[in-house]
Amino acid sequence: MGTTLDIKIKRANKVYHAGPIQVINSTIEMVKPGKFPGGKTEIPFEFPLHVKSNKVLYETYHGVFVNIQYTLRCDMRRSLLAKDLTKTCEFIVHSTPQKGKWTPSPVDFTITPDTLQNVKERALLPKFLIRGHLNSTNCVITQPLTGELVVESSEAAIKSIELQLVRVETCGCAEGYARDATEIQNIQIADGDVCRGLSIPIYMVFPRLFTCPTLETTNFKVEFEVNIVVLLHPDHLITENFPLKLCRM
Amino acid sequence: MDFQEGHSRNRNYKAEFASCRLEAVPLEFGDYHPLKPITVTESKTKKVSRKGSTSSTSSSSSSSVVDPLSSVLDGTDPLSMFAASADPATLAAAMDSSRKKRDRDDNSIVGSDFEPWASKRGEILARYTTTEKLSINLFMGSEKGKAGTATSAMSEKVRTRLEELDDFEEGSQKELLNLTQQDYVNRIEELNQSLKDAWASDQKVKALKIVIQCSKLLSDTSVIQFYPSKFVLITDILDTFGKLVYERIFSMCVDNRSVLPDHFSPENVNDTAKETCLNWFFKIASIRELIPRFYVEASILKCNKFLSKTGISECLPRLTCMVRGIGDPLVSVYARAYLCRVGMEVAPHLKESLNKNFFDFLLTFKQIHGDTVQNQLVLQGVELPSYLPLYSPAMDWVFQCVSYHAPEALLTEMMERCKKLGNNALLLNSVMSAFRAEFIATRSMDFIGMIKECDESGFPKHLLFRSLGLNLALADPPESDRLQILNEAWKVITKLKNPQDYINCAEVWVEYTCRHFTKREVNTVLADVIKHMTPDRAFEDSYPQLQSIIKKVIAHFHDFSVLFSVEKFLPFLDMFQKESVRVEVCKCIMEVFIKHQQEPTKDPVILNALLHVCKTMHDSVNALTLEDEKRMLAYLINGFIKMVSFGRDFEQQLSFYVEARSMFCNLEPVLVQLIHSVNRLAMETRKVMKGNHSRKTAAFVRACVAYCFITIPSLVGIFTRLNLYLHSGQVALANQCLSQADAFFKAAISLVPEVPKMINIDGKMRPSESFLLEFLCNFFSTLLIVPDHPEHGVLFLVRELLNVVQDYTWEENSDEKIRIYTCVLHLLSAMSQETYLYHVDKVDSNDSLYGGDSKFLAENNKLCETVMAQILEHLKTLAKDEALKRQSSLGLSFFNSILAHGDLRNNRLNQLSVNLWHLAQRHGCVDTRTMVKTLEYIKKQSKQPDMGHLTELALRLPLQTRT
Repeated sequence: MGTTLDIKIKRANKVYHAGPIQVINSTIEMVKPGKFPGGKTEIPFEFPLHVKSNKVLYETYHGVFVNIQYTLRCDMRRSLLAKDLTKTCEFIVHSTPQKGKWTPSPVDFTITPDTLQNVKERALLPKFLIRGHLNSTNCVITQPLTGELVVESSEAAIKSIELQLVRVETCGCAEGYARDATEIQNIQIADGDVCRGLSIPIYMVFPRLFTCPTLETTNFKVEFEVNIVVLLHPDHLITENFPLKLCRM
Repeated sequence: MDFQEGHSRNRNYKAEFASCRLEAVPLEFGDYHPLKPITVTESKTKKVSRKGSTSSTSSSSSSSVVDPLSSVLDGTDPLSMFAASADPATLAAAMDSSRKKRDRDDNSIVGSDFEPWASKRGEILARYTTTEKLSINLFMGSEKGKAGTATSAMSEKVRTRLEELDDFEEGSQKELLNLTQQDYVNRIEELNQSLKDAWASDQKVKALKIVIQCSKLLSDTSVIQFYPSKFVLITDILDTFGKLVYERIFSMCVDNRSVLPDHFSPENVNDTAKETCLNWFFKIASIRELIPRFYVEASILKCNKFLSKTGISECLPRLTCMVRGIGDPLVSVYARAYLCRVGMEVAPHLKESLNKNFFDFLLTFKQIHGDTVQNQLVLQGVELPSYLPLYSPAMDWVFQCVSYHAPEALLTEMMERCKKLGNNALLLNSVMSAFRAEFIATRSMDFIGMIKECDESGFPKHLLFRSLGLNLALADPPESDRLQILNEAWKVITKLKNPQDYINCAEVWVEYTCRHFTKREVNTVLADVIKHMTPDRAFEDSYPQLQSIIKKVIAHFHDFSVLFSVEKFLPFLDMFQKESVRVEVCKCIMEVFIKHQQEPTKDPVILNALLHVCKTMHDSVNALTLEDEKRMLAYLINGFIKMVSFGRDFEQQLSFYVEARSMFCNLEPVLVQLIHSVNRLAMETRKVMKGNHSRKTAAFVRACVAYCFITIPSLVGIFTRLNLYLHSGQVALANQCLSQADAFFKAAISLVPEVPKMINIDGKMRPSESFLLEFLCNFFSTLLIVPDHPEHGVLFLVRELLNVVQDYTWEENSDEKIRIYTCVLHLLSAMSQETYLYHVDKVDSNDSLYGGDSKFLAENNKLCETVMAQILEHLKTLAKDEALKRQSSLGLSFFNSILAHGDLRNNRLNQLSVNLWHLAQRHGCVDTRTMVKTLEYIKKQSKQPDMGHLTELALRLPLQTRT
């Protein structure tokens, strides 16, 4: 019975207008041709992930434009009269923690009507003063984003304060580049007219499925940002943007 | 036939009594008494080596007063100790329990002195209610794209139908409007059930969605008066969820080898369980809205134990900080209350977070008076004095958690911080509600000062005084301050305009007044309450509080002469105008009276008042009154009657009983008690006169007898009447009222035919025969000493009674009639003696009346013959009916009677007894051992003087061997 069974590994890297890029493809033979005994047979296997020359092994990531996916396929070839059998499944790749020491990069911020850009009529804005800090914009992906925020004063009542985690994908191609920002998580940290002068914690856990370490390659980029969004009565929306750098330690 | 003297055996009662009497043995005191407590002195090793049976009394010796059970148990369960020593596998369990003990020492477990949440729940639900319409808005979709615009075009009908279809399915939105409070409660309960169902059917995501939607309702403050109750309802759901998640993960840690101990460490938790647990936390961390995220995470706080040792101690402070993001101060304080509650349950030793919640709350306190809140109140039309008390349940709880076992210094600091804030009445109230009563009581004057300074327009002052009063009911203020405290407090209380506010406050302060002051002050307080509650019949809405006042007063004034000398006490009772409440109050009073009144009384004030109270209770009885209620009322009234005594003034006593009878005629047990009391009175009189009545006392005693005679017929219970006739007859006889005694006995005889076959005992129908038998035996025994009436024939009463027995329709297949006849034989035998077995002092019975007259004896014998003939006739019918066993036992019993009472020198009697002996043995139904014993007895008796003839009899009585 001339049955061979091999494992193929491939990386499908679909790039906008660029088609998938394969970074890895290796095959091993698990079992020599022959016949399985009756009953359940378990075959242990292992193989190293060798990257193709001048390609990089990225972390698994599912985005809008960028999809980094690793699949494992098992084929069982059978004799002429029986169909071949195939099974595919995805496996997740996490890169090894980056070398080097992680250094926090704290950011202080102050938001007032004067610090805002893109305001049409600054005079119509109610007066407010919001101060705070992020403990670091350099974030370890497994650790929450932390910081504090104080509404020192605000003429208008506060409706809500939210943390908006945004992912920005950029793809380069022949015509130039495409950029797409997606909200992947929104966390409310204040609900209602909070007490003035009392610090409110900024705390957000990075969602496991939608984040990966910040990625910059020749073909594409995956970056993250956090927006602090303050909603004031009756209908003012104030956003302060902070680019983040995610890494795995 | 020849009826010669001597059918009945002549008896020498004195000699028989002397020979039968047990030998008197002097009792040694101090050595042994069965009721004396047993002390077990066993060494530990002995206890361990004990297997199975516990012979604890065997080694008892000492006589010190120790409870035998507690000394055996010694604090540890003997079974588990036994098991622990026997089975090494349970060693771990024992270690576990010792660890538990250590933990308790660590003060990390909340003790029983901490009032649990469960006890607050009901109170909150009862207090914070609304008549306004409520709404529930549930959105079970994904977090984004919330605005259900697509549905708005649909007609309402279609929409609801669709909602029914995909209840809780992805994307469904459910808005329930115009709910009454009860609807709302039902809906929440339904949600709780759907949560459990979803969980049970493995729909974990749906379960989570339900919990999120429910906790979202807590951010809605419309119909704000209902918020505290809503909090209670929804946190119940959260509790359910927290428990489900914890148990699920816990069960994942159980593999087939071992179960996770109660105090496990994260290393014992397997990876799958950890991963599941982590997943829950990730899911919850991504909940968009703050309030649901907070509540759901808090609800599974305990699950941190699976992940790391420090999980809870890291999580609690973070959640505490998170609450700062909640803008609405009411929503925020309830969130803190929930966090403190979960914290106290899971990690009570983490005091820091509790304290932080308290101080954070103080920081945001000013918000309550801010514009946002004020605007909301205007919008909802809620006044500040009714808004502020909405905070109390949550604040009280937070304060209670913080102050639990807290050092004095912390309490003082907390109090100082509260003092510093403006408009602090609300804080003050929670301090008084939550802190130790002793702490408050010693600073009462300070608190009164602070209360006075509070702003009138804010938190209602009567609530503050109520809280202070509650503390003073539990702990005593310094002696020197006591009067001033009362004066200051009452000055404010008496000014309260609203009767409800007033009574809620006054009710609490009555306790304090009763504890520390005299009847003068209590009287003043009662007068004030009457003054406030009478206008517009305000008392009608406050019966529970008024009742509670009465209870407090009577609990402190056990001396009823003092109690009734409180002038306003009776006018106070007049406020209870609803009958059911009035009767309840009367019952309370009587219960206290019965419990505390030690000495009988004739105090006219007490008697008048209590007669009035009892009459109120009695008059409440009607056709619909339950049996239990009647029994209770009768018990209370009887307790009173028994406590009334005019000492040697017997006539006064009798007239009291006459009055009582007219008052309590609807309660049979009371009438029975009165009859007994009057009989007792007659016997007391006899005792005082040492049996020699004067003309005056004889007349009095006859009055007593007459009282009983006319009262008995009004009773319903047939055996009650029979027994009372007999009893009263005996009393009349003892008091030499012979014709009255005859009247009682005749009445009893004429009543016997009315005895029904079945009687109702405690609601069940039972045959009456055994009761009748007992009564008749008793009756015949009494008739021995009743002298014959000169105008009636010999043994008139006995004959009458026999006739009644003869004519009574007895149960078929019963031998009761014959048993009575046997008793009658005994009676007749006793009547033929020269001197009777017993007498009544100063009454000549038939023995002295007839002096052994031969005609009398002949009559007696004739009666004997008749009765015996009846018995023999019955024995014959038994043979016909094949009731051989009954025949045998009845025959033997008749034999025994003849042996005991008959003179066996009489040939006929002798022959009869031999025949009966054979009859008893004829069908082999008899117990041989009994026959052997009987024969032995006869042989023994034959050795007595004058009993020689029994030897010959014994020879004629063969023993049958069983074939």
